[in-house]
Amino acid sequence: MDELLSEFLTETGERLDELDVNLVRFEQDPNDAEMLNAIFRLVHTVKGTCGFLGLDRLAKLAHAAETLMGQYRDGAPVTVEGVSVILASIDRIKEILAGLEREGTEPSGSDADLITALQELAEVSAFERMGGDSGEEDEASWHAAEIGEAGNVPYVHATLEELERAWREAPGPDPVPAAEPASKKTLAAAEDDHASENGGKELIARAQTVRVSVDTLEHLMTTVSELVLTRNQLLDLVRRTDESEFKFPLQRLSNVTVELQEGIMKARMQPVANAWQKLPRLVRELSLELGKKIELEMTGGETELDRQVLEAIKDPLTHMIRNSADHGVEMPDERSSAGKPQTGRITLSAYQQGGYIVIEVIDDGRGLDVQKVRTTALENGLTTLAELDRMSDADILKFIFKPGFSTASAVSAVSGRGVGMDVVRNNIELIGGTVDLESTSPAGTTFVIKIPLTLAIMVALIVEVAGTRFAIPQFSVVELVRSGAAAGHPVERINDTAVLRLRDKLLPLLDFGALLGLKEGKANLDREDDKNLTAVVIQVGANYFGLLVDKVFRTEEIVVKPMSSVLRHVTMFSGNTILGDGSVIMIIDPNALGSAVGSIDTQAAVADAESVKSEEAEEERTALLLFRAGSETLKAVPLSLITRLEEIPLDAVERCNDQDVVQYRGALMPLVYMQADRRAPESGVQPVLVFTDADHPAGLAIDEIVDIVEEPLSIDLQAEAPGVIGAAIIRDKAVEIVDVSHYLGAVFDSRRMSGFEESERALRLLLIDDSQFFRNMLAPLLKASGYELALAASAEEALALKDKGERFDLIISDIDMPGMDGLALAKHIKADPDWGNIPLIALSSHASPRLVEKSRAAGFESYVGKFDRQTLMHTLQDYFKGWGAAA
Amino acid sequence: MNGERNNGEQATEGFVTVVTAGQIFGLKLDRVRDVFVPQGLSAVPLAPPEVAGLLNLRGRIVTALDLRRRLGLPAREAGKPAVAVGIEDRGELYGVIADKVGDVLWLKPSAYEANPSNLDPRWAQVCSGVYRLDGDLMVVLDVDKVLDFGQFGAAA
Repeated sequence: MDELLSEFLTETGERLDELDVNLVRFEQDPNDAEMLNAIFRLVHTVKGTCGFLGLDRLAKLAHAAETLMGQYRDGAPVTVEGVSVILASIDRIKEILAGLEREGTEPSGSDADLITALQELAEVSAFERMGGDSGEEDEASWHAAEIGEAGNVPYVHATLEELERAWREAPGPDPVPAAEPASKKTLAAAEDDHASENGGKELIARAQTVRVSVDTLEHLMTTVSELVLTRNQLLDLVRRTDESEFKFPLQRLSNVTVELQEGIMKARMQPVANAWQKLPRLVRELSLELGKKIELEMTGGETELDRQVLEAIKDPLTHMIRNSADHGVEMPDERSSAGKPQTGRITLSAYQQGGYIVIEVIDDGRGLDVQKVRTTALENGLTTLAELDRMSDADILKFIFKPGFSTASAVSAVSGRGVGMDVVRNNIELIGGTVDLESTSPAGTTFVIKIPLTLAIMVALIVEVAGTRFAIPQFSVVELVRSGAAAGHPVERINDTAVLRLRDKLLPLLDFGALLGLKEGKANLDREDDKNLTAVVIQVGANYFGLLVDKVFRTEEIVVKPMSSVLRHVTMFSGNTILGDGSVIMIIDPNALGSAVGSIDTQAAVADAESVKSEEAEEERTALLLFRAGSETLKAVPLSLITRLEEIPLDAVERCNDQDVVQYRGALMPLVYMQADRRAPESGVQPVLVFTDADHPAGLAIDEIVDIVEEPLSIDLQAEAPGVIGAAIIRDKAVEIVDVSHYLGAVFDSRRMSGFEESERALRLLLIDDSQFFRNMLAPLLKASGYELALAASAEEALALKDKGERFDLIISDIDMPGMDGLALAKHIKADPDWGNIPLIALSSHASPRLVEKSRAAGFESYVGKFDRQTLMHTLQDYFKGWGAAA
Repeated sequence: MNGERNNGEQATEGFVTVVTAGQIFGLKLDRVRDVFVPQGLSAVPLAPPEVAGLLNLRGRIVTALDLRRRLGLPAREAGKPAVAVGIEDRGELYGVIADKVGDVLWLKPSAYEANPSNLDPRWAQVCSGVYRLDGDLMVVLDVDKVLDFGQFGAAA
């Protein structure tokens, strides 16, 4: 088929779809002159193009329709019959187009039936409008059409002038139409300007988009999926070896893959409204057929969905609308007596929620009748009386989704043809979505369809239970918690169900292994297994619960492959994927887990939801060691900085080089006192806080350890004196926060990090953290390792440095900062031409997989805990290992 | 590759044969994609017992079905080798796991007989007849019925 024809078919097809929607809308509001003109132009263009391509049959039919439309445009009253005939003509045109596509030529046949109907209607309208000059007007517009190009503007002019002439010549107009011409003229004139303006704009708009065949997009999609798989394989390999030279390029590859994938996914997204196009007309026809008054409201049509998904939901939506119209909405009289407005309303609403697109189909009809469902279920042998008695109303209503069910007592021609809600549900589940009856009552019914946003690629957390690995979608994972009394989160029981105490709230627990039938024991824990398990905190809707697993690996981007049809009924899994090492693992459906949890104290769960959310926004809690040294003032130091608490027998303390030292685990550990002239007492034991830097220990001698607490740390008073970072209120007492680096810095300074290669110049680092405490803590460490260090107290300060022209070899940044946070800063840096290539390391006290993902997405190459100095130093070493050689 | 071959006298039909629990089974040649050794099988919890698991074959996920379980035969001894017959159906890949693979046989329709009336019902569900071989019997496995677990709407 030649390209021109091909183009024509696609474009005209789209125009006809648009016409459908517009006509129905226009019928509801016949005074919408703009709509009317739009419709007229559409029909006109179709006619013009058909004429141009020599498609006679189509041109004739389109022309007849255009004539009638022209009448309406000029003020004739719009009748239901008229619109129906035009709609029927559009259908006929679609048929002819289909034939054209198949054969390459127009199918032979006669449209005399429609053409006659159209012409008659046109004549009647014209007669009513201007008393008999319709013939002339028809000729004029037909001639104008013969001039033959698809442009809009010249035509409007030509026919208008003819019309005005004819109008003026027409005898004695009625008072009502007399008011019309003036407004029509100005409207038409305005319309012209609008059209020419629009024409121009349209041209520009068209130039910015490109038609891409659906197959090409599909192909791109699968290719990108394979790319993601291969990248995962590479990541896996690199993770296992120590080839750091691959790490950098691999990170770049990873970032590029993510971008490519996002771009393709966006290209495939279309507004949901595309699936809704045919529905207004459907509702119109249903209302006519059933003798009911129904209006369709659609909101959120701009919400975007993947193209493939859109195709898949068209039929289910159509069926659900039919159901609502046929069984839901009552006859007008019934509605009046029920106190409802005579016109029934069906509402389609689409919006995005979490990782899903939600589409609601709501009608304000009579609702589902539980009794009827009962009887039908019984009649169709789907259940027994005994079973029914045990069920709640909500459960009984679920029967509508079972195959072989239909409450239409008379199988109506409209619906109830045996294509039941089970088929609807099946089709939606095929694309990984769910459909449920949310509510029903004499005031109406609501169905909810949920469709996962990205079909193919998602981020998941890999966990292991009973030796088998599974993937849990990242968006449902809130955090990871080590359970057990030792970890501070003891497992408790409420009436034999296990819950986890998490930050003073209770979280219901699920034993994953038992749930899958992989382990013995009930689906809720046995007491003996309380210790040392990891709970994955999962959120489904407003519910939070913990899933007990043996091991947690990492988050990974996985390509979702749909479940085999043989396994589709297993609700626990929503798909499967191939990991980087080639093994196939199942993907868990969080909703199935949510159902398994049951209704364990849902009130508490909701309350938890609030608190868990707010906890995340709360201040970080720091574990602090409280002690006294040299005075009665309470002092504190972050617990995580301390390697060990020791009590050194004083006779082990020796003097060497004017420094107290002690032999400690095979190394010589210097002892430092907080007061310069202090010496160890002659006998007894000396409590020592041992700090380590790269395997070299240093001990800080203190008087006594007071307590270990976990409190939010906020330094209230910045200190002037060296050795103290500031003062804070800890549990209602004033506490001095000690600057460890002041005391131990001198000791550590004299050592260099082993294995650090000399490079041509010292490497420049930029450390960004809003907390002076952390800057002070990390700075000496970094300097002692031979890095040149610059500090910034905020993202803004860092960016100011960039503007000043400063350059760095690596940037370490805190994530949680007031003002611009680390993620936004990373995005800025990555977008900058000067700084865009500088590696970024993220620091934070949280380590939720979600945050790790977010920071990776923002451009951070690594993610290190704030107190994890070892990892930080090793990470830095890794980055710069090759530099000495390269430089 | 054609499933049929004209042997001069009668057109013969091709079958891929496998042996399981001492019985020879034949699958129509034109339904079989390949034969492979199942490796890296991941079990699927909560799946029907006939589903042995999922495996990765050159980047595609294959659903493995255990023929023994499908026919109600005792399970294979641990450690005994197995072989899988690769089938594609409605765009999905399946592997039917049997004990051993045999030859491809070209059989004359005259050697064909319908299922004996006393055949075990579980077998009768998935078998569509028997061919008389030289000193042996080959039971024909109907591929569609083997894959039908009731998921396509029909009663299992």
